[in-house]
Amino acid sequence: MSVAARATTLLVAVVAVVAVLLFITFHFLLAQPPTENFTPYASNGQVDVTLQTDPQNTVTNKPDWVSYFIQDPATKAWVHTTFFEVPASTRINVTIIGYDGCTLLRNPVWGQVTGTIGGVEYVNGKPVKQLNSWAGCNVQHTFTMPGLGINIPIASPTTLSENNNLCGTSPCTSGPHMTVQFSFMTPAHGGIFRWQCIIPCGGGYLDGNGGPMSTEGYMSGQMEVAAS
Amino acid sequence: MTAETAPDQEPNHGARLLSMWLLLSASCDPLFWFLAGPHIPPGRMSSSAATQQTDFNVLAMIAIPVVIGVLLYFGYALTYWRAKDGDDTDGPPIHGNAKIQVTWMAVTTALVLFLAAFGTVELWTQQGAGAGEGPSPIWKPDSSNILEVQVIGQQWAWTFRYPQFGGFETTALVLPEGQPIQFDVTSLDVIHSFWAYQLGVKADANPGVNNVAYTTAKQLGQVTVRCSELCGLWHGAMYDYGKVVTATAFQSWARQSEVQLASITRMLPPFALTYDPTNVPVLNEVLIKLGLTSAGGGYYNSNDLEQP
Repeated sequence: MSVAARATTLLVAVVAVVAVLLFITFHFLLAQPPTENFTPYASNGQVDVTLQTDPQNTVTNKPDWVSYFIQDPATKAWVHTTFFEVPASTRINVTIIGYDGCTLLRNPVWGQVTGTIGGVEYVNGKPVKQLNSWAGCNVQHTFTMPGLGINIPIASPTTLSENNNLCGTSPCTSGPHMTVQFSFMTPAHGGIFRWQCIIPCGGGYLDGNGGPMSTEGYMSGQMEVAAS
Repeated sequence: MTAETAPDQEPNHGARLLSMWLLLSASCDPLFWFLAGPHIPPGRMSSSAATQQTDFNVLAMIAIPVVIGVLLYFGYALTYWRAKDGDDTDGPPIHGNAKIQVTWMAVTTALVLFLAAFGTVELWTQQGAGAGEGPSPIWKPDSSNILEVQVIGQQWAWTFRYPQFGGFETTALVLPEGQPIQFDVTSLDVIHSFWAYQLGVKADANPGVNNVAYTTAKQLGQVTVRCSELCGLWHGAMYDYGKVVTATAFQSWARQSEVQLASITRMLPPFALTYDPTNVPVLNEVLIKLGLTSAGGGYYNSNDLEQP
């Protein structure tokens, strides 16, 4: 083989290896769900963010994984992601439509509402400071953002018939659900704040913490606060 | 030494090296102790942190002369015993030197034995030096006024329970200055590790185990709490901040929190040194009350393949 041929072969091999490494890095290691940007939609110092929880996820190849969805502020379509961006020093009005059934909190302390304006959440319009999931079927998931001290127990449908007839196709548009609303202020500085469901709701995985609990875009995500 | 150099013309290299080593060590050790020593982590915010800083400094004081000795000999050899240009002759044959070997072994043995004794004394006199001692600690503070703080890890957050104040639980770690603290560290799921950096406290949080660590805060200020055991997707974000306040401020905060959190405390299971979150009896009751098929009190269906 000539020197030119050997050099070409070597170059092709190096390029191939680099390409594989880049593919692995970007496709697997650095991949993350899309980010819904609410910053352009803020007005008068506030912006509305709407999410939903689903008992399943029929839009991915993990149909039995519970999942959050975020409503796109422009198209109002439900997007399978848990990443969103909001502006700094802004009141965020969050609505979570909870379509899942009840699950007990592993640690009941997370039944307390914290970090919201007024220290309450509104469940179907009624102010609530805490939910005792160990006393009845009333909590499905949480929206917990430790960096801002936010903890929101998401109320669940409470009756047997509701829990036996949950929405079966994602994103849910009908079926038994509870609507939870709350507001909080974003800090003046920018930053990234991760959030999660603190209930280990990854059924079928060890102690419920695998699957959707350990994969971005399902039961955990992050809120990016854009510095003004 | 080269072949052309007569032995009687050689300077006393040993004396030279020894005097230089003594001079440098005697200079660098105090420089380190007084200039760098006070800044060595984790600081002196608590009894255990201060002990750790002192230990690091003592180790450095021992290590510095060793490092100086190695580098000095290296530099001296490069300077005085390097081959001259055009000199291709072999160096003189090397024979064993019993005096040097015995001295070397004696010094290193003495150092290692000293460090073993020093470490044991530091663990003993400092009640474990901030490390987890397991459920039955050997060393305890000699005080009847110990504040118990239960540290509960779960993916991916810390909560703290104060059994002497009605057992309220909170995400805020507030500690008093000057009072011995007993951390009862446990976990609700996987293995975490409670690391209160500025306090020099580090104890593994194992499910079903109470790992006890002691310290006494000596300074007011903020404490960073991190998980130092890889525990899952958000391990890197599993941190919290606590603070050390005056004893009076702590009492005020604790009494106030006890009252404010009373309704939450009533929802919590009775205080225990460990909890079994995979077996929650009320789960059974709740589901039976609702009419759903229960998992017999188990948090998860035991038929799940991945459930032990």
